[in-house]
Amino acid sequence: MSVFRFSRKQLGIPYALFLMFFVVAPLLVIIYYAFTNGEGRFTLDNLSGFFTDPNTIGTLFYSFALAIVTTAVCLIIAYPIAYVLARSNMRHKSVIVMIFVLPMWINFTLRITALKEILTVIEGNLAFHPFLNSVIGMCYDFLPFMILPMYTTLMKLDGTLLEAANDLGASPLQTFLKVTLPLSVPGIVSGIVMVLLPSMTNYVVLDMLYNSTYIMGSLIGSYFAAYDWHNGSMISLILLLIILIFTLFTNQYEDDTNARGGAIL
Amino acid sequence: MSPDKKLKPDLWQKEDWELEGKTGSKVNIIELKSITRRFEDGFAAVEDMNLEIKRGEFVTFLGPSGCGKTTTLRMIAGFEIPTEGQILLHGEDISGMPAYERPINTVFQRYALFPHMNIYDNIAFGLKLKKLPKAEIKKKVKRVLEMVDLEGFETRKVSTLSGGQQQRIAIARALVNEPEILLLDEPLGALDLKMRKEMQLELKSMHEKLGITFIYVTHDQEEALTMSDKIVVMSEGRVQQIGTPEDIYNEPKNAFVADFIGDSNIFNGIMTDKLKVRFCGTQFDCLDDVPHGTLIDAVVRPEDVIITSEEEGAIKGVVTSVIFKGVHYEITVESGKNEIVIQSTKAAKVGDRVGLNIEPDGIHIMIAEHTLNKIESNIVFDKEYYLEFLDGELKCDFTKLIPGSHMDEAGVLVDANGDEIDTDKLKVVISVKPDDISMSDDEEAGIISGKIINLIYKGDHYSYVVRTDVDQDFIVDDEDLWNMEDRVSLIIPEDKIEYSLKK
Repeated sequence: MSVFRFSRKQLGIPYALFLMFFVVAPLLVIIYYAFTNGEGRFTLDNLSGFFTDPNTIGTLFYSFALAIVTTAVCLIIAYPIAYVLARSNMRHKSVIVMIFVLPMWINFTLRITALKEILTVIEGNLAFHPFLNSVIGMCYDFLPFMILPMYTTLMKLDGTLLEAANDLGASPLQTFLKVTLPLSVPGIVSGIVMVLLPSMTNYVVLDMLYNSTYIMGSLIGSYFAAYDWHNGSMISLILLLIILIFTLFTNQYEDDTNARGGAIL
Repeated sequence: MSPDKKLKPDLWQKEDWELEGKTGSKVNIIELKSITRRFEDGFAAVEDMNLEIKRGEFVTFLGPSGCGKTTTLRMIAGFEIPTEGQILLHGEDISGMPAYERPINTVFQRYALFPHMNIYDNIAFGLKLKKLPKAEIKKKVKRVLEMVDLEGFETRKVSTLSGGQQQRIAIARALVNEPEILLLDEPLGALDLKMRKEMQLELKSMHEKLGITFIYVTHDQEEALTMSDKIVVMSEGRVQQIGTPEDIYNEPKNAFVADFIGDSNIFNGIMTDKLKVRFCGTQFDCLDDVPHGTLIDAVVRPEDVIITSEEEGAIKGVVTSVIFKGVHYEITVESGKNEIVIQSTKAAKVGDRVGLNIEPDGIHIMIAEHTLNKIESNIVFDKEYYLEFLDGELKCDFTKLIPGSHMDEAGVLVDANGDEIDTDKLKVVISVKPDDISMSDDEEAGIISGKIINLIYKGDHYSYVVRTDVDQDFIVDDEDLWNMEDRVSLIIPEDKIEYSLKK
């Protein structure tokens, strides 16, 4: 008999430690900074500042607009791809899926730099179309996140349901609208969650495209660069709340398989 | 709950269905004309199938899995298109018509209810597509739900229903469209035994009340016998027999049908005289007039074997097992090399010596099929002459095969005049008797491997069909028991192979 008995509870210790150090502690630090000023006193100035500063609010709306357009474009491109990949009897399907996932494995900097060069050749000066370039850059970056969850959902869609719809008098188009599309909603929602939220904050893409536009991420970045932890933290906290509300709203559509599909990345 | 109470035909607007079903019973509603469904790899799931189904009939496709019954159903539904042949509905070819245009509805094996809709929307799916007024849809859904005894289930979610309830909804969803033909693809396969029996009766009475043509697919012979007006027995993509349940049971056309439908003893035998047959080492009177000397398979149902005292029996044997089956005992008697299964209400003891008698009407004679394995082969010339055989070659004495021929000095086959014989034009039939082939589980032992796709017990031996890797089937007789799907290597002794020239 050993003195130390290993139980299930103890298996949780590493996870709990990880959670403490990398989730709970940073969150507490952010909350602390968000509600204090330079002297370390409690204040709500940062909060009110967020909503009164037209620059911040403007950036928030601009980020929203950019994120929504990016998500919409991703969705329009990704759904047909996912559909064809999942529903056709193509051979070497996994190879084609790989082709779409493969860019993810190439270094991010390299990818965006390549994109920048291509866009420069086409547009001449990147500064002329900041919004368009942002959308192109983001879509390029996030497209696989949109394809994969939808691909997984469509893959496990029961083919007999489509036959049943067909049998009951639905033409291929009606079958798609009444059965395939509603049943792929969980995948679509997963994809939206995975693209919409990151594209509100991922300013690195914009920076690398020599873009002058500001999104929420860039705002936080510039505050932090100026050592203003307080305002930066408040913005982060507000974004966190927005994401939380959004996730609560979309959770009902998700199921675990889609989460797993996304987890491949 | 009697099924009659659940079914209210007056619920239906088209009340004349019932009349149509009875008066118009001589009209063919659907005809299959030599349909074949071949896949890209050349495998034919259904081959040259012909069938006529009359309005209002209850037809069952019966066969083991992989026999092509579901493929046939899918072709009628429109999910698959026959590669050859025609499907006629009211005399018009519909083989190319998409499923959604056919007045045919299907009940799927796994129900296939839409999980994102409630029960009402599931049932109303087809009606909404037909753009019926809302009030009418509502009325029809209500009626059909009453019919399947699930009133008030409209707003329930699919996932909250039991398997049996889901199946009723699936039936309701198909019936509400008032199809001319209802297809049922093993609809009761996923239900437990008691539920299945109940649903069988309900389906049967639904069919009687509605007068719709039912086409039913099952591998359960009892289900087929209970429910159908007409049974189509299928095996390996081909129709084995079409007939009423009584015909199929009492007069099976071949050993496959006899073996598949009910329990049966099948013996190899020979006709010894007019209306006289010999099997199990004994001569019996029979009712089937088959020419003298014909090799036959005799089918004797276990309930047709009469046990008497040893002195009075035509066959004498020893009881080897007795199993109580509720209504009867299943008794196995060994007589010489033969094993005979008997159903009797009287018990016997293991080790008893008994006599067995069979009345003439208890013997069903089938002309034996496939007594020889015959394979056509080409002659190839590569320095020497060979026969193509399976994936290899076979040597044989061609001079004996081709009358008057001989080899010249150069080793070329020439005829009596010394002219070279064009071997490309000749075909040779290679034949092997089933009992000359033996099987081994050592892949290297024989000349080719394959898997057992069929087996029938014939009293003193098993008759197997082995599908080899080159898709050539062999019939093999063996005394040992192998299992379906077993991989075996076939040993064919070269001296047992016979050759003949194809004319």
